[in-house]
Amino acid sequence: MVAQPSTDEIWAVLARVPDPEIPAISLTDLGIIRDIAWEGETLAVTVTPTYSGCPATSLINFEIETALREAGIERIDLRRQLAPPWTTDWLSQEGRAKLEAYGIAPPTAARGPEKCPRCGSTHVERISQFGSTPCKAQWRCKECREPFDYFKCI
Amino acid sequence: MDQALFEFCLRMGDNTLVLGHRVSEWCGHAPVLEEDIALANTALDLIGQTQLWLGLAGEVEGAGRDADALAFRRDAWDFRSVLLVEQPNGDFGQTILRQYLFDQYQALMLAELVASSDARVSAIAQKAAKEVAYHLDRSRDTVVGLGDGTDESHTRMQAALDRLYPFVGELFGEDDLDREVAARGIAPLPASLRAAYDAALAATMDEATLALPDSRWSQSGGRDGTRHSEHLGHLLTEMQWLQRAYPDARW
Repeated sequence: MVAQPSTDEIWAVLARVPDPEIPAISLTDLGIIRDIAWEGETLAVTVTPTYSGCPATSLINFEIETALREAGIERIDLRRQLAPPWTTDWLSQEGRAKLEAYGIAPPTAARGPEKCPRCGSTHVERISQFGSTPCKAQWRCKECREPFDYFKCI
Repeated sequence: MDQALFEFCLRMGDNTLVLGHRVSEWCGHAPVLEEDIALANTALDLIGQTQLWLGLAGEVEGAGRDADALAFRRDAWDFRSVLLVEQPNGDFGQTILRQYLFDQYQALMLAELVASSDARVSAIAQKAAKEVAYHLDRSRDTVVGLGDGTDESHTRMQAALDRLYPFVGELFGEDDLDREVAARGIAPLPASLRAAYDAALAATMDEATLALPDSRWSQSGGRDGTRHSEHLGHLLTEMQWLQRAYPDARW
């Protein structure tokens, strides 16, 4: 029998699984993996949804399972945990930087982007409170005139 | 089976299901692309919340029905949604006003449900409260913008308010089921939310330069399933068609 990988090693495996809708960041960057624990031979992975209706949720579970199987883990118990509800405060610092580099302004407590992710201007305006995925809104830069996504702060 | 908790979950889940479906009817028809996306996202949140509420209802019932079975295999008289949410979309203003009237109620209800004696109810409420707060920001802003907008938009918003306000009172109805879940600490009595709702509504309508109708008389019969409007049947015909024609069909 192969030795069980440590939970640290499993965190590292999941840190390499991209979010299916925003592949620039990983599932651990997104902060939706709440717990990883061995229960005997079974690995329990607790996942929390970003938005209750996010269509990526089932795909995310599939990607987690696939990555863990590739890492040699056979008995997996994926658990959904609703409370405490996901918050953008759980985005990692690295994740925020990756979002910005990808062209998505990271969430801010001020409920709007700090600056345009393309040109850095702070002259920005909201186009819509919603965007192409449940977690984003549409904004526009008044300097470079480019529209951009803003990661909603919840 | 815990009948009261089951029915309470149906009331929560049927409201979000019926409203979510109604809002989704705008997909591809909204006045501008941004609004189309916003409406579709709102519908998606509502359907997501439906999965949680009806999922819990199925779990409480323990008869093997999941959220899909409850959504697609019940007929109109088994639905526990309020009459407000089944009202047709009308124009964009009427849709947004209906959304605001519901969001304002739902935000107050969910804030109380966070402290529910049932941990599962509390968990769903905590999750949904964040989404509904976001919906409320938007529906309130849009009601104010259109109410205090052009003559045309103002006239349409006032007409929408006159048409929909007679459905507001039902949100605060009270029956044996409400009293039981309140006594058990599962949910507040809806009537206990009315004062805060009225205050919020008055402030919003004042800002929107819209006049609330004088009469508080209200239609009822949705949340107890005794007298749904004819609109629900038509909605279900469309929403349930696939599962009725091809039971257990899967992607």
